[in-house]
Amino acid sequence: MRHMIAILIENESGALSRVAGLFSARGYNIQSLTVAPTEDPSLSRMTLVTCGSEEIIEQITKQLNKLIDVVKLIDLAESVHIERELMLIKVKATEHTREELKRLVDIFRGKIIDVTSTSYVIEMTGSTDKLDAFMSTLDPAHLIEVVRSGPIGISRGEKGLHL
Amino acid sequence: MELNGAQIVMQSLKEEGVEFLFGYPGGAVLHLYDAIFQQDDVKHILVRHEQGATHAADAYARATGKPGVVLVTSGPGATNAVTGIATAYMDSIPMVIISGQVSLPVIGSDAFQEVDMVGITRPCVKHNFLVKDVNQLAETIKKAFYIATTGRPGPVVVDIPKDITSPLVKVPFKYPKKVSMRSYNPAVQGHKGQIKRAIDLLVNAQRPIIYSGGGVILGNASEELIKFTRMLEYPITNTLMGLGAYPGTDPQFVGMLGMHGTYEANMAMHESDLIIAIGARFDDRVTGKLTEFCPYAQVIHIDVDPASISKTVKVDVPIVGEVKPVLEHMIELLEEGKKRPNKKALEAWWNQINQWRAVNCLEYDRESNLIKPQYVIEQLYQVTKGDAIITSDVGQHQMWAAQYYPFDKPRRWINSGGLGTMGFGLPAAIGVKLAFPDTEVACVTGEASIQMCIQELSTALQYKTPIKIINLNNRYMGMVRQWQEFSYESRYSHSYMDTIPDFVKLAEAYGHVGMRIEKPEDVRPTLEAAFALKDRTVFIDFMTDRTENVYPMIEAGKAHHDMKLRVAPGTLTDRELA
Repeated sequence: MRHMIAILIENESGALSRVAGLFSARGYNIQSLTVAPTEDPSLSRMTLVTCGSEEIIEQITKQLNKLIDVVKLIDLAESVHIERELMLIKVKATEHTREELKRLVDIFRGKIIDVTSTSYVIEMTGSTDKLDAFMSTLDPAHLIEVVRSGPIGISRGEKGLHL
Repeated sequence: MELNGAQIVMQSLKEEGVEFLFGYPGGAVLHLYDAIFQQDDVKHILVRHEQGATHAADAYARATGKPGVVLVTSGPGATNAVTGIATAYMDSIPMVIISGQVSLPVIGSDAFQEVDMVGITRPCVKHNFLVKDVNQLAETIKKAFYIATTGRPGPVVVDIPKDITSPLVKVPFKYPKKVSMRSYNPAVQGHKGQIKRAIDLLVNAQRPIIYSGGGVILGNASEELIKFTRMLEYPITNTLMGLGAYPGTDPQFVGMLGMHGTYEANMAMHESDLIIAIGARFDDRVTGKLTEFCPYAQVIHIDVDPASISKTVKVDVPIVGEVKPVLEHMIELLEEGKKRPNKKALEAWWNQINQWRAVNCLEYDRESNLIKPQYVIEQLYQVTKGDAIITSDVGQHQMWAAQYYPFDKPRRWINSGGLGTMGFGLPAAIGVKLAFPDTEVACVTGEASIQMCIQELSTALQYKTPIKIINLNNRYMGMVRQWQEFSYESRYSHSYMDTIPDFVKLAEAYGHVGMRIEKPEDVRPTLEAAFALKDRTVFIDFMTDRTENVYPMIEAGKAHHDMKLRVAPGTLTDRELA
C-alpha cells in the first residue's frame, strides 16, 4: 500500500543522504522524495512516498526514527490528509492545438505561465491522481518536457507535525 | 582555558575517562599525535594495522562495558578501520572512532589520502560527524560518546579535518558536562501495561522458554536475568552473543540455540508455547526458517531498540526499554503477585527437555588418536578453571569454543557474532588483556583466521600483553569445508591453503613462545605449561583432526527441529577425504 511519510529532520549536510541511504541499504522503495527547510531554519521537512506491506511500513518508520538526525515523523496515510503536487509541462502549442490546450488547462484549473508562438508552459497543482489524469488527456507527441515536484501533504484539522 | 583543536581532542578524551587510545599515525592526524606526545593521561596503543586498532578497542569495550576509542588517519587509515567499525556496529558495541580528514579547503578535490569517511561509514555506524568548526569540536566529541553509549550502543565516527586540529588556532575550551539532543531520546523504562501483560502470559505458560541475547550483557542485566530465571524455574537458552549472561553450568541452562545450538535448546524453542526474548534480535542464524520458527509460541520481546521488535518475527507483547529496569520491574511484579507458574505443567516440560538432553548432542569421539578440537576446548576450560576471558575468530573453532567452554559470567566471551569477522580474535585478546592484566586471556582461533591480523603479534610484544593463542589447525577453512562437504558434494573449492607458515617459528620471530602439538595426550600438559608462562604470549599450534565438523547443525533454510546430528560418535570423522 502507498504511504506518505512526513519527516522533520535536522537541516544539516548529510541528513538527506542518511534517509536515502537507509532506503537503498534496506531495499525499501522510494516513489518520491521532496525536502525543503521549514519556518525554523534548523529543521527541514521531508515528504516521502513509499509503498509496502504493513510490516515493511512499520520497519521503515522505526528505522527512520532511529536515525539520529530525524526529530519527528508521521505516516500521513494513518489520518485524513490533503496532498498536493506541482507540475510544470512544456508542450508544443501550434495553431491547431492552442485553443484545445487552453480549454483543457481551464477545465483542470491550471495556468499557462509561458507562451511562445510554438509552445506553452502549463502550471498545474493537485493530487497525484489529478495530475495523472491531466497528463492522460495530452497527446504524448506534443510533450516537450514534464517536471513534477513529487507530492507533499498535511493532515486535516487542528493537529500538526511540529516540535 | 584556550586550546588548539588537537589539544581539545586529547583533553576531551581525558574528561571522558578514556584509558587507551588504539591508533596508527598518518599525515592528517599529525597534529593530534603531537598532542598525544605531550600528555600522559590517555595511553596510546600503536597497532600494526588499523583493523587491529578497531578490534582491540571493540573488545576492550565488550570486556569492560566502557566505550573503545580509536584514532586513524585519513584515506587508507580510515578505510582499513571500516571492517572493525562494521563489526562493532553489528554487535552494538560502544565505540568512538576519530578519523583524520584532509583540510577543509581541499575536501572534495580528491586530495592525497582523501576518502569520504562519513559517506563510507554511514551504513555501519550509529552516527557520524564531520567537524567543520573547531568551536564545535568538544561538543561533537561529547555527543559522540553520548550516542555511542546510550540506548542501543554502537560505533560513532568523528571525522576531523587536519586544519581543525591545527596548533595555530586556539579557542576557549570547556568540556560540556552533558548534552541533550532533541532528535535522540532512547527509551529506558518499559511500558507498564505491557510488562503486566507479559507477566500474565508468563505465569500461564505451559511450555515456556527464556531466550536471551547480547543485550543483557550490554545492558549489565545479568544479575536480574539470573534472578528472574530462577524465580520462574524456566529453561533458558542464550544466543552466541548472550553467552555468560546466565551461568553456562547452571542446570536451567539448556545451551546455546540456533544453527549450532544444542538439540535441547532448539527443540525446546520449537515446541514451546511462550518465548520471552530478552535483548536478542531474532538473527537468521538463531531462527532458521522463519515460517517454521516457534510455530506454537506466543512471543514477548524486550529490547531497547524498537526497530528490533517485529523485524523478522511477529511479537505479541513488545516491551521497548532497557533490559535491566524492565527485568527489575518484572521481578517486582512476580514477587508481589500471587500467580505462580503451573508446577505440573512445568514438571512435564522439564521431563520433555531432559529427554532431549539425553541425546547428548555435543558428545564426540573421545577415543580418537587424532586431536579433537572439542577436546582442546574442554581442556582449556579445565586448565583455566573456566575463569579466562576467551576471544575468538570466526569459523568452526568459534562454534566449538561457544559449545565446549561454558561461561558463568558475562563479558568473558568476546567474539564477532553479527558480522563474523575473521581476524578479530588476536587484536581483541590484546584489547582485553590491556583492560584486565591479571586475568587469563586466550584467543581461540584457526590457521586461516589468525593470518588475517597476525601482524598484531608485534603489538602484543610491545605492550607486554601475555595472551595464549589456541590455534586449532586443521589445515582447512573448516567452516567453509564443512558447508562444501554438506552442500557441494565435498568439492573443496579453495577452502585449504597449500602453504601454511610454521607458526612456532613465526611466534618466535615476533618474540613470543611457539609450541606445536600433534598428539591428544600432549594437549593438557602443553596447556598447563603455556599458562604457567605468566608473562609470555604463547602461540600453541594444535594439529587437529582435519575432518571434524560442528554438530548439531541446522542447515540454511531449515527449522529448529530439523537438525543434523552427529550420526554416531566418531563415524563421520573416519571418512576419507578426497
